[in-house]
Amino acid sequence: MAVSFYPLSYWRHAALWYSSGVIDRLPRPQQRHEVPPPMPVFAGTDLTCLRGDRLVFTGLDFRVAPGGALLLLGPNGSGKSSLLRVMAGFLRPWRGTLAWDDLSVAEEPDGHRRRVHYVGHLDAVKPVMTAAENLAFWASLGGAADPMAHALSALERLGVPHIAGVPGRYLSAGQKRRLNLARILAAPAPLWLLDEPTVALDRAAVALLEGIIAEHRAGGGMVVLSTHADIALPGAEELHLDDFTPLSADDEDDEDALPEEDAA
Amino acid sequence: MNRFLTLVGRDLRLALRQGSDATIAVMFFVLCVVLFPFGVGPEPNILARIAAGVIWVAALLASLLSLERLFLTDYEDGSLELLALSALPMEAVVLAKTLAHWLVTGVPLIVAAPLLAVLLNMEPGGFGVLVLTLAVGTPILSLIGAIGAALTLGARRGGVLLSLLILPLYIPVLIFGAGAIDAALTGLTPRPHLLLLGGLLAGALPLAPWAGAAALRQAME
Repeated sequence: MAVSFYPLSYWRHAALWYSSGVIDRLPRPQQRHEVPPPMPVFAGTDLTCLRGDRLVFTGLDFRVAPGGALLLLGPNGSGKSSLLRVMAGFLRPWRGTLAWDDLSVAEEPDGHRRRVHYVGHLDAVKPVMTAAENLAFWASLGGAADPMAHALSALERLGVPHIAGVPGRYLSAGQKRRLNLARILAAPAPLWLLDEPTVALDRAAVALLEGIIAEHRAGGGMVVLSTHADIALPGAEELHLDDFTPLSADDEDDEDALPEEDAA
Repeated sequence: MNRFLTLVGRDLRLALRQGSDATIAVMFFVLCVVLFPFGVGPEPNILARIAAGVIWVAALLASLLSLERLFLTDYEDGSLELLALSALPMEAVVLAKTLAHWLVTGVPLIVAAPLLAVLLNMEPGGFGVLVLTLAVGTPILSLIGAIGAALTLGARRGGVLLSLLILPLYIPVLIFGAGAIDAALTGLTPRPHLLLLGGLLAGALPLAPWAGAAALRQAME
């Protein structure tokens, strides 16, 4: 009896085993050398952000490929900064998932943080340390072997080598911003999240920033940037945050329904 | 480890250049203790009797003084977010900042304490134990304080809230710290008190950075 049933149960087990997906997860050594490693993709699906009890945006999808750039647009309060904070991992999305290369960011938050450079509204400049010291600290925290050399070359790149020895408290708003942007050059990271980086920058500095971003993208880096000012990002995808706010979702005419107080 | 030391080094450099925290804590400590002979009266016997408790209470209050600013300046200028994004785990960030805080405010207290003990007419036999209890106890104060500083981050009037939150948690440290000195002065062995203090330190060392890191993540949301 048992012998006659044996082939049947064997096939049933084989079928179960196959359908359980175990085979998909098995290593395939013969393919590993033929196919180049897949380039990482940073993507979010169905993201919903709650701040307090206010719904900031909902049902938001995005996708950034290597060398890609995503431009966040929208009036004040439409959730650009919130989205960038969600991307950086400071804020947990209320719903939806963030994935780096199909691997959920929520599962390895520490690994994700290391991939990210975040430039927020605050410049993180210590008033009693010189510009070069400020920068060297971040470079050495990022793992640079010779942080001071990295710091000086980053300042050079941002066009402000002369502020290296100036204490943070004597720097102007624009110089602090340049110092903060120099920080992302001082240690490499594939994903740059820039929250209105052009604030307080003059035309020349914006042009420098455009060049730096282009260079980063050419090397396979990704940039997500929110801005109100003009900044040239060739080939950047645009994401209009007000398409995802509940206010415009309920209204028939999308853009016109929002109050026009964003000039401030 | 290198990154950890980098952060400790930066905090020490900041503290030394700003210069206020370390001197304020130790000046407060000295003044606080000096007030007692004026209030209680200058009888040497009474002062000798209360010396251990007074020094410990003053050390407790002094270490509380600059705790509020432990994470606040980094939080306000955006550095804390960048530290959270660095390769250093948040627990290590808390531990590094707490270590720097202890080196800046705790160590001067340990150095100043024997001088104040002389002022309060403490028996010389208790000096060694006094220094020893402070050396074990003040790191506990900084560690517990770091939890409170992280929890009250972003709260309005966080400093007052911090004292209300932290002072009750300091009570065991105070009991065993002052108890060890009293035991030594009355001819008993301070060993059990010191061991209990050591146990508190051994507990606070892993738990406080863990709790502080959780509170900081919450504060940054």
